[in-house]
Amino acid sequence: MEIKKPEIKSIPYGEFKDNESLEGLVKELNDNGVNVITGSLDQLVNWGRSNSLWSLTFATSCCGIEFMAVGCARYDFARFGFEVCRNSPRQADLIMCAGTITHKMAPVFKRLYDQMAEPKYVVAVGGCAISGGPFKSSYHVVKGIGEIVPVDVYVPGCPPRPEAILYGMMQLQRKIKVQKFFGGANRKEKKPIVVTDVPKDFNK
Amino acid sequence: MKLEHKIFDVKDFASEMAKLKTEKHFDFLVTIVGEDFGEEGLGCIYILENTGSHERTSVKVVASDRDKAYIPTVSHLWKGAEILEREVYDFFGIIFLGNKDMRRLYLRSDFKGYPFRKDFKAEEGYSLEDDNEPDYTMEYSLKQDGTLQATQHKLFTDDDYVINIGPQHPATHGVLRLQTILDGETIRKIYPHCGYIHRGVEKMCEEYTYPQTLALTDRLDYLSAMMNRHALCSVVEEAMGVELTDRIKYIRTIMDELQRLDSHLLFYGCCAQDLGALTAFIFGMRDREAVLNCMEETTGGRLIQNYYRIGGLQDDIDVNFVKNVKKLCEYIKPMFKEYDDVFTGNVILQNRFKGVGVLSKENAISYGCTGGTGRAAGWHNDVRKNHPYDMYGNVEFDEITYTEGDCFARYKVRLDEMRQSVRIIEQLIDNIPAGDFYIKQKPIIRVPEGQWYTSCEGSRGEIGVYLDSRGDKSPYRLKFRPMGLPLVSAMDEILRGEKIADLISVGATLDYVIPDIDR
Repeated sequence: MEIKKPEIKSIPYGEFKDNESLEGLVKELNDNGVNVITGSLDQLVNWGRSNSLWSLTFATSCCGIEFMAVGCARYDFARFGFEVCRNSPRQADLIMCAGTITHKMAPVFKRLYDQMAEPKYVVAVGGCAISGGPFKSSYHVVKGIGEIVPVDVYVPGCPPRPEAILYGMMQLQRKIKVQKFFGGANRKEKKPIVVTDVPKDFNK
Repeated sequence: MKLEHKIFDVKDFASEMAKLKTEKHFDFLVTIVGEDFGEEGLGCIYILENTGSHERTSVKVVASDRDKAYIPTVSHLWKGAEILEREVYDFFGIIFLGNKDMRRLYLRSDFKGYPFRKDFKAEEGYSLEDDNEPDYTMEYSLKQDGTLQATQHKLFTDDDYVINIGPQHPATHGVLRLQTILDGETIRKIYPHCGYIHRGVEKMCEEYTYPQTLALTDRLDYLSAMMNRHALCSVVEEAMGVELTDRIKYIRTIMDELQRLDSHLLFYGCCAQDLGALTAFIFGMRDREAVLNCMEETTGGRLIQNYYRIGGLQDDIDVNFVKNVKKLCEYIKPMFKEYDDVFTGNVILQNRFKGVGVLSKENAISYGCTGGTGRAAGWHNDVRKNHPYDMYGNVEFDEITYTEGDCFARYKVRLDEMRQSVRIIEQLIDNIPAGDFYIKQKPIIRVPEGQWYTSCEGSRGEIGVYLDSRGDKSPYRLKFRPMGLPLVSAMDEILRGEKIADLISVGATLDYVIPDIDR
């Protein structure tokens, strides 16, 4: 009993065509074989999950202001169901890392991520969170939060425009919609990936 | 301002500084700049201002022994010096004799070395383990035989009830951490912990060419991005002797005021949100978008504009700029009344702001709390009035001051300043003269040798830039005077004896931006 192509509500299939990684996820889903009952339950659960993404208000610098702008009247991310921001990591679905992570902040950031309940997602907003951005050559800046936690969506920009943040969040919605909730995304706590053995001449 | 230092010896430094303070009334310590002078040793440059005559002077003191550098403290003369000296200790390892709190300010307590020394080599990697912070401070004094003696002071007693607010807390406006000692719900003491967003901007600038350094300034205090950049451009232009056209001056003044409008609107919104008034927050952000639209058409950026450059502007103003700014002024003037109607008159706001978190004028000067916080206490500290730059000498506007020094006064200062910003813009917008928007500079900019300090009025205080050039294509030392650091150091003074709920009101009205404090 396999589903040929998982149907995703409210987002046209055509939009996925260019996105290879999402295609890969769909293919993986098809290859493994999905039970019809859990498959349609997945759809229902994922419809709910993807339209009520609660983010942790975690802003360290400039990008945080753009995050606030997205929340306000002009860009209004309540249209997509993102408007509930939680101040406690225990109640949040995703951590939107808006800003630079420094060496002093890194343990705090990792702890915040660890405190969140599964399934959890990470959105890296802005150049600093992606790679260190303009502060890459500093002695006190983490060169991308990918070194500390697994990242789901990268939103480039310095700072990204609100439209870019919205697009990044919509990509996350899509990612959630093709995930298997039962036995998949709802998995047990995994240890975060910590990359420590980056060669010293990596950037040269 | 080109700096002609008074040079004091370490031995009689303390008495000379006391003389400057008491006899010549240099009662405002603008900033302390630590510097590695190379073979000469490590040292500090103190920039002082007389708040009566607005005369400025600078003092240089050098400790020649690099391994055991010490300078007597001035924290008993200026209260703000304590945290500034901690910053210098953190970056250069200069010990300040008599300063009761010689802990690291920005870096982790297990950080090795002093990053701003010229011979510092950064280590690869970082720890994901929590920092085991010491629960004591060190005070150093000099013994008769010339050796240093350390005394420990405990931060907490056994009965103290300590609450950590931050670094991840919605009311701290970023990643500030306040270690608060409580007695019931009354605050007994606050230890601020900075550095969670310390990015080492000043150290990076030493390796960058002058045009490259500009890119980092916008990201310090992103809500006064224009003013930060203005201050850095001004100091380089002054050092090189570049004469700007009137057109550049007009546009810079207008852009600065638009930025101030943007920042104060965000202040109004955040202030409302901290007190739980969501409508006012939405109102503030809505009108901020209107301001951003005007700037965006010319600069191409929303938050970080990268508009000024050494010798002028990146590009000429947009063809519709004048029309749009006029439209904005017409739109926003009736809105100020709406803000008052929806929020200022609110009973909750009045009760939570009036008489809460009082900072006296003496303390504001002693801590160096410039900007709206100082003006709310009655201190006339507006750089635009005291040291006019660009068009500010030729336009009419009032310096808003109150005398209460409480949260409500700080809030009102910002709301009234928005009206003044519109007034300045309206005087200038119709008369932008024709001329060049950029004065061509050499491809590689070299600044002649010397030291300069220039400041601009940022959205929340005086943003100053100290530049030490050795004739190279990159600065030898570049130091920004953070607007927020004095505000954070004064929090303990403001909040001692207040309720913990008032910490939110005080934090909201002080209006600090953390990346500006940490740099």
